[in-house]
Amino acid sequence: MHLVYAAVLAALLFCVGLYGVLARRNAILVLMSVELMLNAVNLNLVAFDVWLRDTLHAGQALTLFTIAIAAAEIGIGLAIVLQVYRNRGTADVDRLRDLGEDAHRPDPDRADREEKAEAAA
Amino acid sequence: MSTTTTAVLVPLLPFLGAAAGLLLGRRAPGAVRPLAVLPTLAAAVLAVVVAWQQGGEKPLDASTRLTPTGSVPIDLALHLDGFAVLVAVLVGIVATCVQLYSTAYLRDDPRYPSYAALVSLFTSAMLLVVYSGDLMVLLVGWEVMGICSYFLVGHYWETRAARSASLKAFLVTKLGDVPFLIGVFALAADAGTFRINGILTTAVSGGIEHPTLVALLLLAGVAGKSAQFPLHTWLPDAMAGPTPVSALIHAATMVAAGVYLIARLLPVFAASAAALVVMAVMAAVTMAGSALAALAQDDIKRVLAYSTVGQLGYMTGALAVGDRGAAVFHLISHGAFKALLFLGAGVIIHAAGTNSLAAMSRMNHLAKRVPDAYWTMTVGLLALAAIPPFSGFFSKEAVLGAAEHATTGDAHGIPAAAGWIVLVAGLLTALLTAGYATRLWLLAFHGKGAEAAGHGREPLAMNAVLWVLFLPTAALGLAAWKLPDWFDGGSLTPTLTTSVLSTGLALAGVIVMYAAWRRTAAYAARTPLGAVAADPGAAPYVSEEETIATHEAAYGGIAGAPDPADPGRLLLGPLHRHAVGGFHLDAVYSVLFVRPTRAAARLARFLDREVVEAYVRGAGGAPRLLGAAVRRAQTGNVQTYLSALLAGSVVLAVAAVLVATGA
Repeated sequence: MHLVYAAVLAALLFCVGLYGVLARRNAILVLMSVELMLNAVNLNLVAFDVWLRDTLHAGQALTLFTIAIAAAEIGIGLAIVLQVYRNRGTADVDRLRDLGEDAHRPDPDRADREEKAEAAA
Repeated sequence: MSTTTTAVLVPLLPFLGAAAGLLLGRRAPGAVRPLAVLPTLAAAVLAVVVAWQQGGEKPLDASTRLTPTGSVPIDLALHLDGFAVLVAVLVGIVATCVQLYSTAYLRDDPRYPSYAALVSLFTSAMLLVVYSGDLMVLLVGWEVMGICSYFLVGHYWETRAARSASLKAFLVTKLGDVPFLIGVFALAADAGTFRINGILTTAVSGGIEHPTLVALLLLAGVAGKSAQFPLHTWLPDAMAGPTPVSALIHAATMVAAGVYLIARLLPVFAASAAALVVMAVMAAVTMAGSALAALAQDDIKRVLAYSTVGQLGYMTGALAVGDRGAAVFHLISHGAFKALLFLGAGVIIHAAGTNSLAAMSRMNHLAKRVPDAYWTMTVGLLALAAIPPFSGFFSKEAVLGAAEHATTGDAHGIPAAAGWIVLVAGLLTALLTAGYATRLWLLAFHGKGAEAAGHGREPLAMNAVLWVLFLPTAALGLAAWKLPDWFDGGSLTPTLTTSVLSTGLALAGVIVMYAAWRRTAAYAARTPLGAVAADPGAAPYVSEEETIATHEAAYGGIAGAPDPADPGRLLLGPLHRHAVGGFHLDAVYSVLFVRPTRAAARLARFLDREVVEAYVRGAGGAPRLLGAAVRRAQTGNVQTYLSALLAGSVVLAVAAVLVATGA
């Protein structure tokens, strides 16, 4: 099989994943898109490993490594998304803007602190 | 004990007393009074012992090298001659009297411990100045006196007048001290030593390169310290301090230090005829001007302050005609009778509850209320007016006799012009002095009107001190026949011509003032005036502090009072208005120094605020604006960040490819 099929497929997968990361609003779909991008990279690694006839099969080894890391990453990522959803009732990336620089929007943490200060007084 | 050891103890004891007083003042209140009085008393006794042992013989010198400076060495040197030991006796006795007086005068003052310690420190510094044989060591004492004066003038710092007076005293004397320091350095550079003996040897052999310049530089410091025109303006204002301080520092001793210094360094001044003439003019202006100003003052202590300025003018005049014996004789007799007058004035201020002569002239029987002060002050004022046979007559005659001697041109190296200037001004001042002394006596003791507020009997310590000082005031004149042995040997006894002239003028002054008073005294009843601070139970200083604080509000100024019954106003006529303010010299200083300083301060403030700070603000403002712009990018949306990251990566990748292909 010619290398170009695998490379084109990987590029397409990567672009689909990139589009998903940049455009989807649901955090779970964003994570899934990240998985797509990772797998595009895995595909490239395996294809080039075969094409270069690497005696040590470094590409395959690295792919296994990436799969393991991706599994751990998706585990933690889904757990975070779950907690965010439980706390806020939404997993919409567009609405998770607490770290943004916006003076008009009241900071929920600060409001909490002020409430505590008032209670203490 | 050898004379040297005794002489070292004289300045050392009050210094130790001051240190102990400052350290123990709060912890052991009972020890404060003994610590104040006893070291000073011991120093006075030892000063008498030193004077006795020295006995007017050959000067006694002892020294130890204080520090090798690499160029001109500084020695801890004693120089005991007739002048030094006698002035030290005066300082010791007056300081003891003042310390005793203060124990009663500032009885309940919470700041008494520090006050007494500062007076002791001052006494120690003055004795150091008197005994020192090294100009640098003398300068240390000189400056310590200055700072003690500053603290003590500001003793009533709750009142505004005292605060500004202490600052003024400090700044004006420092204005003179800067040229003085330069003069000392110039002298030492020529002589190669700070020792006064070495400097005098150089001066006599003509080794000083610019005698006129050096003498004038030194004269500036002396004018500041001894309150000579044009640097005398601080002394009348310094009367905002407690009366004992005025008596010790601003009448008897510190202000005499300048005169004493010229007496020590007279050959340096005598090397330049121009400097002597300048000194004579300065003395003449000081004498006549201060006597005129004294005629117009309302505050009893300011009258005495101006009279101090005038009497110091006599001493400077005597030095200008090259007779240091007469100058120091007048210094000693003036120290005694002026201390007496000030301490008496403190008693009067307490008994009358006011320091205003206008208010006193509207009180009945003040003299009967304070008989001790009345009698001693009467003699003190007679001495001030130079009426024979009291001490002031003999010492002033010594000055006038020296001036007359100089006019004939007999005196070696003394310009006759200086003699004439001093003689004429001295005779004129004798008339004026008798006038203001009489005015003070009549207004203070012979008022008519309501009874004075009752303050009980004056404390024994205050009255006893007056009688102690009464003795030299009355009898020191007899020393005129004995003192030449202690001094340079020139005659100090009165000469016939000047005696007749000056006594005649003094009597004329008394008579004219009495006649004027007879005419104006009737107005007193018609124009009620005066504010009295009555504190029957309180210590005497309370009345004084209150009366200083209220004088401006009650009489419209710290110096004068709008009193038509004042004989001085009748005699001075249109001059009175100018004499009250010391002939507007303060206004001149305001134009020359105060306003330029303020303008410079405003300019510096403008430059600092508008120029220097503009850069500082700009340096802070520009990053802040940049930061605000960058913060806009922080939307909080992760996808936006990632888009920017992607765009950046693409740009970098394209750039890398372009570079790699060499396009």
